[in-house]
Amino acid sequence: MIKTDVVIIGAGPTGLFCAHQLGIIGLKCEIVDNLDKIGGQCIELYPDKPIYDIPAVPECTGEELTNNLIKQIKPFNFNFHLNNKVQELRKENESWIVKTTNGIEFNTPNVVIAGGVGSFEPRKFPTKSAEKWDGKTVLYSIKDKSIFKDKSVAIFGGGDSALDWAIELSSISKVSLIHRRDEFRGAPASIQKIKELSEKNRINLFTKYSIKDVKGNGSLEEVEIKSEEGESKTLKADYVLGFFGLIMQLGPIAEWGLNLDKKTIPVNTENFETNKKGIFAIGDICNYPGKLKLILSGFHEGALAARGCFKYARPNEKYRFEFTTASNTIKDRLGIK
Amino acid sequence: MAKIKYIEHNGNEHIADVQNGLTIMEGAIQNDIPGIDADCGGSMSCATCHVYVKEDWYDKLPKKEMGEDDMLDQAYEPNSSSRLSCQIIVSDDLDGLSVHMPEKQV
Repeated sequence: MIKTDVVIIGAGPTGLFCAHQLGIIGLKCEIVDNLDKIGGQCIELYPDKPIYDIPAVPECTGEELTNNLIKQIKPFNFNFHLNNKVQELRKENESWIVKTTNGIEFNTPNVVIAGGVGSFEPRKFPTKSAEKWDGKTVLYSIKDKSIFKDKSVAIFGGGDSALDWAIELSSISKVSLIHRRDEFRGAPASIQKIKELSEKNRINLFTKYSIKDVKGNGSLEEVEIKSEEGESKTLKADYVLGFFGLIMQLGPIAEWGLNLDKKTIPVNTENFETNKKGIFAIGDICNYPGKLKLILSGFHEGALAARGCFKYARPNEKYRFEFTTASNTIKDRLGIK
Repeated sequence: MAKIKYIEHNGNEHIADVQNGLTIMEGAIQNDIPGIDADCGGSMSCATCHVYVKEDWYDKLPKKEMGEDDMLDQAYEPNSSSRLSCQIIVSDDLDGLSVHMPEKQV
């Protein structure tokens, strides 16, 4: 059990800046995120897209913004728990117990939900029958490629993940690559490689097809694909892989009794506390009159939520407002000599 | 201003007056029409505002720009009549347009 002043759920820009503000006022925090990297939507959805509305930064990419925020909180040495989704949140005496899917447990007076639109999960096949083999032979990510050796593998998708895995597995497996249209959105070199492998019959390429059904007695045996005109084909498949990117799912947050309003959490605008004492919500996931889904709003919300956390983390102290330009205490916290 | 008809997958119809300059997606969100999620808020990075547009209207819409088809690859059951509603800007020319929502936005 990790004891801390604040657990932040979500390592996007809002969560990161809130951590900075907590560090400035002398509180400790632990940051949890379901992704395998820091940055949230900025890094997962648009790392290369320029952002033009960060105050005093005329232009920066999602990745640059993330790297700068990481640098800004570095002096505080906060722990990140990546690849961890918060599963459970419950009250025990005056504390919140936060538990992740990987079994990490926190004991904290404050939880700041900076979860954007939820956690990123792989998009799955629309076919109901695929659920039966989900996680076994119907997969959306690959941990160990040796399981595909000498097997028939049907790969769906048109982006880099689908292309890279089709190329990679073509040397050890019998690969079919199925995509809904003729154009691929991957790197030009990968697209070229796929075409070459297809010409040499090292990959069976089916464009303008999508999944119709997966079949098998017990284990997975076949995948049926369909064209838009309704023509269908059946392919032998020991494994079916889908690479359709990630989608944001609210997930367990919906079960924490937070008065949700259309996937968002209502908060007060004084300290961004929710209807539960010690639970705060900031960034895209919070909702109040006039809410703007801008990164700069998330920064403001995080700064106020951090002050809100102070009274539960240090009930016997009075919070004193200080400027970073003037306060020696803050300079010490930032490691500035 | 254009009257836009939003048809849910179950057949429920919603008609909204949408101001010129807004997107079809924004028209749905502002009028609380179910079936369009728009998780990313209109930045063409999530494919959860996916709609189908029947042939008669499809060709009258402004053409898809780069990247829209890439996102549609990730939508739920996309086909050749698929569009992202955040990329269709409303004008008087679209008065009477119907868009059909997919079974779900995932």
